[in-house]
Amino acid sequence: MREITFGEAACEAISEEMEKDERIFYMGEDVGRFGGSYGTTKGLFEKFGEERIKDTPMSEAAIVGFALGAAITGMRPIAEIMFCDLLCLAMDQIVNQVAKVRYMFGGKVKVPLVIRVPFGGLRRAAAQHSQHLEAWFLHTPGLKIVTPSTPYDVKGLLKSAIRDDNPVIFFEHILLFQKKGYVPEKEYTIPIGKADVKKEGKDITLISYSLMLQRCLSVAQNLEKEGIDVEVIDLRSLFPLDMETIINSVKKTGKVVICHQACLRGGVGAEIAAQIQEKAFDFLDAPIKRIAAKDVPVPFSPVLEDFVVPTEKRIEEEIKKMLY
Amino acid sequence: MENIEEEKLLDMYKKMVRIRKFEEKVEELHIKGILPGLKHLYIGEEAVAVGVISCLRKDDYIGSTHRGHGHLIAKGGDVKLMMAELYGKKTGYCKGKGGSMHIADINIGILGANGIVAANIPIVGGAALSSKMRKKDQVAVSFFGDGGANEGIFHEGLNLASVWKLPAIFVCENNFYAISTPQEKVTSVESIAKRASSYNIPGYSVDGTDVLEVYRVAKEAVARARKGEGPSLIECKTYRFKGHYVGEGQRELSYRSRDEVKRYWEEKCPIKKFKNYLIKENIFTQSFLEDIEKEVDKEIDEAVKFAEESPYPLPEEALEDLFFEGVK
Repeated sequence: MREITFGEAACEAISEEMEKDERIFYMGEDVGRFGGSYGTTKGLFEKFGEERIKDTPMSEAAIVGFALGAAITGMRPIAEIMFCDLLCLAMDQIVNQVAKVRYMFGGKVKVPLVIRVPFGGLRRAAAQHSQHLEAWFLHTPGLKIVTPSTPYDVKGLLKSAIRDDNPVIFFEHILLFQKKGYVPEKEYTIPIGKADVKKEGKDITLISYSLMLQRCLSVAQNLEKEGIDVEVIDLRSLFPLDMETIINSVKKTGKVVICHQACLRGGVGAEIAAQIQEKAFDFLDAPIKRIAAKDVPVPFSPVLEDFVVPTEKRIEEEIKKMLY
Repeated sequence: MENIEEEKLLDMYKKMVRIRKFEEKVEELHIKGILPGLKHLYIGEEAVAVGVISCLRKDDYIGSTHRGHGHLIAKGGDVKLMMAELYGKKTGYCKGKGGSMHIADINIGILGANGIVAANIPIVGGAALSSKMRKKDQVAVSFFGDGGANEGIFHEGLNLASVWKLPAIFVCENNFYAISTPQEKVTSVESIAKRASSYNIPGYSVDGTDVLEVYRVAKEAVARARKGEGPSLIECKTYRFKGHYVGEGQRELSYRSRDEVKRYWEEKCPIKKFKNYLIKENIFTQSFLEDIEKEVDKEIDEAVKFAEESPYPLPEEALEDLFFEGVK
């Protein structure tokens, strides 16, 4: 069983796909010799050279726009935006252009484009380098949104994203990059749009993604010792959203907790909760609980940030409250 | 002036007339309440689109604007499919999903009109990048206005196209007004072409109502791009003979006088100027050109007929075409 890090698994996915398809290229800030601010492209420059691993100026709108222009004229770009927060600088290109061109043009163009975005708080990086803005894109028809939580998943999902003929925003939590896990050497992909039950259980359904999924899993394992059987669902992608897996679990447990690191108000959890009550109200034994960051910008001081972001302790307490 | 073949001159004239007559029909149909939505007419600016695009091949790319009908027609867009799209019909270029500001035809290099000012600049840059990476000699042209030259993406796009020496041409259609705001009130330079020096690329400023002058300069820029020598910026000083949008009405008088508009019509109408030139130089006779105009009239009438007779999409078709291989 080969174990590699999340970051290595992602690079491996890109490298393998680039070897197979010369239309794929990579562009972003400091992604060349430097290897990406978080090692997102480590080793790729040496292997593929500056023609295919392109350092760009600090021009986020241009990074996305140029990638879009290339995508609709025969290439398959991967555009990296260094931080989720910096997506704000490229919002017109993402929301008004990338997400809409296929639809506006009556389905007559394909947009094989991956926008790869490291994100994540808990790095004491404060309000402009810690945001989780994924809900904005869930609210933008035309984009797929992928949020892997393990080395195995990131490799399989990134390969699928690169092969997809639609635009995909691919969020990777910076604190997961060093996480090690099983990644087979053999070729595999994971379809986008299928959630993964990371732990089966019958007492309560705990839904999450990315780094918080790891916290949820850890809580579930602890609770098992106390005889509480938590089912943990990893969404893997926020759109397409696998409501089927969620509903099947709700039917079994009757209780749902949704956990994310993005702030509570208008978050992904709100959408999921709404869909559950529309589709499975009769199966619910308790109101749905959302556990999310508090509705403030992410503060700097560790004392403050740890209060704002969901902790394992908070997740555990909320689950217990629902069960007793 | 170099010799331009008669066939080319005729094609240029016909396209300018086609744009003018298409736009006049759009204006008429809009005022009658037949066409829904927003329309931005290209009347007065025909020499820019035709002058530049006459230097391009079918497989070259263009990125257009909210005022895009002229670019699309100049690049070979089908007026029937355009008109049907403006009617919101199923047979339109975008099956009724795009309308005036989003018509595209990738097969002939039209990467789309665009409702966001200057937003096509990086997209065209990306098409130029793609051409270079695929080792083709296709060039890509971005059209935008004097208003667009004040968007941040103008800077990002021209800088990157220059740094990567891409086969791109940036054409600023300077019609002196960003909607109602005069250029001199909001723009740091008198000539947009001056900004080229910031990006270390050639900058030209031409009379955008003179199709042959536009053609001559664009040809140089296209040749340079095709040879791999990088992008150029061409400022075409032109004039929007109509309001910012159809239906602007009296509000137009808040930023320019009737006399100013009248003066441009009299002195600068690009079609009148080109026609006079063609007759004066004994290239074509007046009656020959008038026959061409009648031919175009017929084309436009046929386009309207096609659009009128076409079906609307079914309402549920609004849910199609978002993703390739549809996501449920």
